[in-house]
Amino acid sequence: MTRTFKEQIIKRVFFLFACVSVLILGLIVAFLFREGLPIFGIVSVREFLFGHEWYPTFDPPSFGIWPLIVGSFIVTFFATLIAVPLGVLSAIYISEIAPPAIKEIAKPVIELLAGLPSVVLGFFGMVVLAPWLQDTFDLPTGLNIVNASIMLALMAIPTISSISEDALYSVPREFKEASYALGATTSETILRVIVPSALSGISTAVILGMARAIGETMVVLMVAGGAAAVPESLFDSVRPMPASIAAEMGEAPFRSDHYHALFATGIVLFFLTLAFNLVADYISHKFKEVGSGTL
Amino acid sequence: MQTATPHASVRWRYIKQHLFFAVVRLSAALIALALGGLLVYIFLHGREAISWSFLTLPPTDSMTKGGIMPAIIGTFYLTLGAIAVALPLGIMSAIYLSEYARQGPVVRIIRIGVNCLAGVPSIVFGLFGLGLFVVFLQFGSCILSGALTLGVLILPTIIGASEEALKAVPQTFREASLALGVSKWQTIFRIVLPNALPGILTGSILGIGRAAGETAPIMFTAAAFYTVKLPSSIFDEVMALPFHIYVLATAGTHIEATRPIQYGTVLVLVALVLGVDLIAILIRSYIRKRKRW
Repeated sequence: MTRTFKEQIIKRVFFLFACVSVLILGLIVAFLFREGLPIFGIVSVREFLFGHEWYPTFDPPSFGIWPLIVGSFIVTFFATLIAVPLGVLSAIYISEIAPPAIKEIAKPVIELLAGLPSVVLGFFGMVVLAPWLQDTFDLPTGLNIVNASIMLALMAIPTISSISEDALYSVPREFKEASYALGATTSETILRVIVPSALSGISTAVILGMARAIGETMVVLMVAGGAAAVPESLFDSVRPMPASIAAEMGEAPFRSDHYHALFATGIVLFFLTLAFNLVADYISHKFKEVGSGTL
Repeated sequence: MQTATPHASVRWRYIKQHLFFAVVRLSAALIALALGGLLVYIFLHGREAISWSFLTLPPTDSMTKGGIMPAIIGTFYLTLGAIAVALPLGIMSAIYLSEYARQGPVVRIIRIGVNCLAGVPSIVFGLFGLGLFVVFLQFGSCILSGALTLGVLILPTIIGASEEALKAVPQTFREASLALGVSKWQTIFRIVLPNALPGILTGSILGIGRAAGETAPIMFTAAAFYTVKLPSSIFDEVMALPFHIYVLATAGTHIEATRPIQYGTVLVLVALVLGVDLIAILIRSYIRKRKRW
């Protein structure tokens, strides 16, 4: 009796620890709201989200984060455009085409590159890619959408490639063999059998890669240029939300309107990435394959 | 003509195959070239700056000369603190999820919680750390606040790796232990956990690599622009390698003059993070090869 009792207590204790992650998520929301909500006493939610002017230090200040939202989406969009084909194709290479020796090395190397600190990519974009872009295209600055998109893509590629490769690898062998038995070539098998079977895993990879890109701070802080205006060309500077928070929080006086506005920007960013993650989670569960008989 | 058609179509199918393979190989080569080139570039440019004094001296002459020792020490403390926070929490969570949890709405919520926590942008962790540790709990900007923030950030990594390691322990081990009359808790503590330990270790080393390279979470919670003295308590601000790179590359008055120091610091950080990750990956591949359950 006492032993069962003890076991019950131990189980409860572990349960409490397991709840810590959910608790932290709750605390993140609570503290973002605590420090961010006061701004909505000054501007309406509508003005804040869709206002075209972000002049937090002017007198009178104006807190419209639309240019920052647009900046975030534009760099994420172009980074995805570069990273998805390269990431997925490289996953196909590693999983289906590469000779075993390369395969064995490529997998851990990609995982290693996923751990590359983002400040390093930001630094590289700043000192190498920016001057090159500036000279080649004769621009006023190399810190712009193109630069930020390329560096974000480089950051997202290992994530996309690694998760896609897992998805391709877990496609049952029978599918491949059946396709070959029908006389299909390797490329036909890959494109019409393997990739469609792994599509839910690949979609998850793409969404997680996008979530990483939209939430990434150091790269956009260092190479996006920092202009808080809706861009008109690909070579314009932008100021994505994370960059704005990181750059301005140090200067914003404690609990000033500016400080609250930056936390409110954090709320927007948090719920945006939360949405991306929930969609990824939904897709990976909804279309989860069980055994080789289901598809 | 009629006999030629299938031949032509077969040939066309193989041409398509070659085209497809070429595109795939090209993509893989492009990525290898870009990321490999980046690493080589950093190595070649950073190599000259690295010396014994660079690693062991503090910055001098308003950070235009000298070394990066305080930043290395700061990163060490922050990472150590982060792992001390995340490891116990992460292992306990993983034990519940792997050993006790049954399929159900509560467990589903916990799993979604862990996944969502893993996707929270690092700058949002920074805001969270600022709001909770620095402001609400009044720790101020210091090692403690930074380590707690980084600890929360790497928690999902640790949970994921630990759970995977626990799940990899064969069910028969547990059954054998339980059949001998050993209680569930003792089975976990004496049988399951020791067998899962190398895998858990791998996960925590990967967590260390992640914590050491993050900049955004420590910007408002721990990192100092410049401090002369080394930290004497957990309530001191510290310099940190990633933040030092950011500061030198963007905010200094001598950005061009300090380029060699910047490259050197980048090389040290990259070597540190990739070295730590490499150790984890090697340990894991060693375990996978050795274990024959």
